Amino acid sequence: MAATTAEFEPKIIAFVCNWCTYAGADLAGTSRLKYPANIRAIRLTCTGRIEPMFLLKAFQEGADAVLVSGCHPGDCHYTSGNYHARRRWTIFRKLLEFSGIDPRRVLFSWVSAAEGRKWSELIDEITAQVRELGPFTSFERIVKA
Amino acid sequence: MATGYYPGCSLEGTAAEFDMSIRALAEALQLPLTEIEDWNCCGASAAHQTNHLLGLALPARTIALAAAQGMEEIVAPCAACSNRLIAAQAEWLDNSGLRGDIEHAIGMPLPAGRLPIRNCIEFLLPHIEKITAALRKPLTGKKVACYYGCLLVRPPKVVAFDDPENPVTMEKVAAATGAEAVDWGFRTECCGAAFAMSSTASVVRLCGRILDNARSEGAHMVIVACPLCHANLDMRQPKGMAMPIVYLSQLVGLAVGVAPKALGLGKHITPVAPALA
Amino acid sequence: MARIGVFVCWCGENIGRTVDCPKVAAEAAEFPGVVHSVDYKYMCSDPGQGLVKEAIREKKLTGVVVAACSPRMHESTFRRACAEAGLNPFLCEMANIREHCSWVHEDRGEATAKAVQLVRVMVEKVKRNEALFPIKVPVTKRALVIGGGIAGIQAALDIANGGKKVVLVEKEPSIGGHMAQLSETFPTLDCSQCILTPRMVEAATHPNITLHTYAEVESVSGFIGNFDVKIRLKARSVDIKKCTGCGLCAQKCPQKKIPSEFDEGLGMRTAIYTPFAQAVPNKPVIDRAHCTKFLNGKCGICQKICPVGAVDYTQEDTFIEEKVGAIVVATGYRLYDFRNGEKDYGIEGYGEYGYGQYKDVIDGLQFERLASASGPTGGEILRPSDGKPPEKVVFIKCVGSRDCAKGLSYCSKICCMYIAKHAMLYKHKVHHGTAYVFYMDIRAGGKSYDEFVRRAIEEDGAVYIRGRVSRIYKRGGKLVVVGADTLLGGTGGGRVEIEADLVVLATAMRPQYGIEALAQKLSISYDEYGFLSEAHPKLRPVETNTAGIFLAGACQGAKDIPEAVGQASGAAAKVLGLFSGDELEREPIVAHVNQSQCVGCFYCEQVCPYHAIEREEKRDKAGNLIARVAKVNAGLCQGCGACVATCRSNSIDLDGFSAEQVFSQIGGLK
Repeated sequence: MAATTAEFEPKIIAFVCNWCTYAGADLAGTSRLKYPANIRAIRLTCTGRIEPMFLLKAFQEGADAVLVSGCHPGDCHYTSGNYHARRRWTIFRKLLEFSGIDPRRVLFSWVSAAEGRKWSELIDEITAQVRELGPFTSFERIVKA
Repeated sequence: MATGYYPGCSLEGTAAEFDMSIRALAEALQLPLTEIEDWNCCGASAAHQTNHLLGLALPARTIALAAAQGMEEIVAPCAACSNRLIAAQAEWLDNSGLRGDIEHAIGMPLPAGRLPIRNCIEFLLPHIEKITAALRKPLTGKKVACYYGCLLVRPPKVVAFDDPENPVTMEKVAAATGAEAVDWGFRTECCGAAFAMSSTASVVRLCGRILDNARSEGAHMVIVACPLCHANLDMRQPKGMAMPIVYLSQLVGLAVGVAPKALGLGKHITPVAPALA
Repeated sequence: MARIGVFVCWCGENIGRTVDCPKVAAEAAEFPGVVHSVDYKYMCSDPGQGLVKEAIREKKLTGVVVAACSPRMHESTFRRACAEAGLNPFLCEMANIREHCSWVHEDRGEATAKAVQLVRVMVEKVKRNEALFPIKVPVTKRALVIGGGIAGIQAALDIANGGKKVVLVEKEPSIGGHMAQLSETFPTLDCSQCILTPRMVEAATHPNITLHTYAEVESVSGFIGNFDVKIRLKARSVDIKKCTGCGLCAQKCPQKKIPSEFDEGLGMRTAIYTPFAQAVPNKPVIDRAHCTKFLNGKCGICQKICPVGAVDYTQEDTFIEEKVGAIVVATGYRLYDFRNGEKDYGIEGYGEYGYGQYKDVIDGLQFERLASASGPTGGEILRPSDGKPPEKVVFIKCVGSRDCAKGLSYCSKICCMYIAKHAMLYKHKVHHGTAYVFYMDIRAGGKSYDEFVRRAIEEDGAVYIRGRVSRIYKRGGKLVVVGADTLLGGTGGGRVEIEADLVVLATAMRPQYGIEALAQKLSISYDEYGFLSEAHPKLRPVETNTAGIFLAGACQGAKDIPEAVGQASGAAAKVLGLFSGDELEREPIVAHVNQSQCVGCFYCEQVCPYHAIEREEKRDKAGNLIARVAKVNAGLCQGCGACVATCRSNSIDLDGFSAEQVFSQIGGLK
């Protein structure tokens, strides 16, 4: 198991808002900040648009972790979508935890359009963390059963 | 409701007339006061500068005694006493970590909730109607300058009594006697009591400014509700000032017909009688 | 059947160095539905765009994925190219293989693999894209301006001069606002009324402006281009059509001791009155709270003597409805109430300055009235208590402003300038007098502003003292001002005591009373102090977050006349831009409701920040109510999608970011 973990490359799916985090990730790019290639960001209008089902679908498709990231509190382009997202995420994460999913696989962050560095550091950090956790197989087991 | 009376040390010494007038007035207005048995020093000025726990434990013991003796509120006429009692109580109610230390220090349990602590003005304020009804010798035509000093209204968030910059409650009580409260500018200025010994000249200057303004605004006497203010203003007057300094309880006492002797009016350094003539 | 074209851009070396672009194109060609896949050095160049257009025409593409830079960079470029080739622009998507891939990863193998996946994600999405068309909203080319001060007048005039109709609503009996009260204006000392009153007359007589004074906005509904506004016309008790403005009524009114609002309580007015001589319209109103006729029925003099029979005691408030396409809010400011404090706002007030119990402690607007030639003293500086010219005047700045402990934390911005002006005006009128100014800092940023303050100090000899005032008290007939001169230092701590005859407090600028209620009517936001919030503090300073509603003047934050006028013209330009076409075009990224599935819980209504959810009643053929369901007003919807994620019955979806699209994108990451 230890050997496979060392070679294991996690797959992390991020749901990000168009206005802050997607732009922050763009800035990481224009600043040429390097981070692991394990992240796949899906752009949405706002974190308030993110349905819990998206997270489940991501796990179903083999994600080892999911990340929700949007504008900082008070900075939402649509004034309050990020608050809805935070509440929804908090509750949903509890539910996932209850159903046996390690909550460290369900991540949340605020990354503004000016925080390219924060984005790259965040991806560094969570990739390392998920690599540590190892592959997420229990969902596959659930799906197969 | 049982009201505990906490004279404190000043009222047993230099401010004996404050004590006499409060007791006489309470009797005249039928407001029963029961002296807290075995009360101790509030620690004002000395204790809380020396040791924090001591500064809390001294007032705490008196409050705990009052609660144990079934009292639901405390009247502490001395402004320093009421200030210390209020401040200490606020501190342990705000910081529950202190409660155990204090209880250990005084060897008694503290009351769970807040025991209302009333200064001389707060003691009389709810009874204005009673005072008006009991008026025997209204002080019509007398102009008085109500002086609060610093301790009654500060720190504002802790004592939560009246407006710290523009208090009005003493004027309300004084007005009930028929006297006219003048509008003047030094109602909450410092009288310098803390420097009475170390820098007497400064204190005379500070008291002089206060009394000057009271006089220039037409006051016949200055009304106080603090033994330190009283002692200072009464004793440290510039030459030729002769401004009587009268406790609020004495003023009200006079108006409701208590004998001047019972109010201790003869105990003042600056004679009061001429102003009353 | 989908026919997708994939176009992989090298971006020169930017992508090509890290990502094997030909390989990406080759792998993409194998994705189901992809019929065309190429790579090119610079896809955004003319030849690159040509490749896209050519493929659309020749291969009859139903969707395009451009794998290149961020969509935030070039999405509009490629969508335009698609449109030019006859493909609906919303059938074009971008896979970001530069910012999110080649620039942030180093390993060519990893980056190429990720790029392939990113392309697959967008191919899966674009297969489910639908043609979308810009939403067209008709525009009513009339504007509502709320507030008839200088900002509102300027906005109204600019819009009217641009050829569009304006409805100008003012709650007082006359337009003019605070500027009409001012004596002279900094930094040029020109007479305020002289420059303002021609504008007031112009606004009132402009053929494109409908003026409603003594009127207030009652309710607002609708959305950009299509607002319905209900306006309350308060009962004037005077028929303004009949009234000639002769003023006889006010002359004969027996109630003459009512403190004049216009004179800030320093002068008196009658019960039937015009606020000031140059009022526009110059037609009186009856102040029913003070009129003897209304108080006890005895009087009626004004009705008897009115030569044209214009006085009508039976008038009642009436309502009118106006349709407008844009709204400019210009409700202005008031001064902080230093007399009573503002406990509702948690502001303690200044007991040490006497809470207004001293008649000779006044505020800045009161000093304006004392200095104004049309004021209660005819422009002579006379103190209110005894009408004598003050020998020493103390001005105290930052009363309520920049005071976190007992006032407001912000700077009111105008005080440094108007206090310098007051000191000058005072010196010009009372030559032997002395003006003292207590200040914290001198903030004179503005054209010719600092020079103006220097003039007050150097030429007119105003004594500026850096420090705060701790107390004002009365001694004899004088006001003793006790403060600190923090530049003095030394023993005594810089304590200064000035025996003043008059004290002027530069009290903080506050938004008007009732601003919160108005903001709620308009669905616009305001800050903790009640100032209305602009859409962006730097880049959208005259817009609000509600499309079609703009801000002008001090309702948005403390500002002086030039700034207020500038912002008003900016708001007017925005309105004229909005009115330049018959229809508005909006990006079609909006939510829509599947009404047959909607259960009518209206959670969507609660989360929508734009009040875009409407309730619609569904009836059967017999007209019986079957259900109440949600409907999205596409004119108001900004497309955030909060309602979609909130919907319990899965009945709302967002065009361009539908659940199906997102699920297929996630599926593309398999």
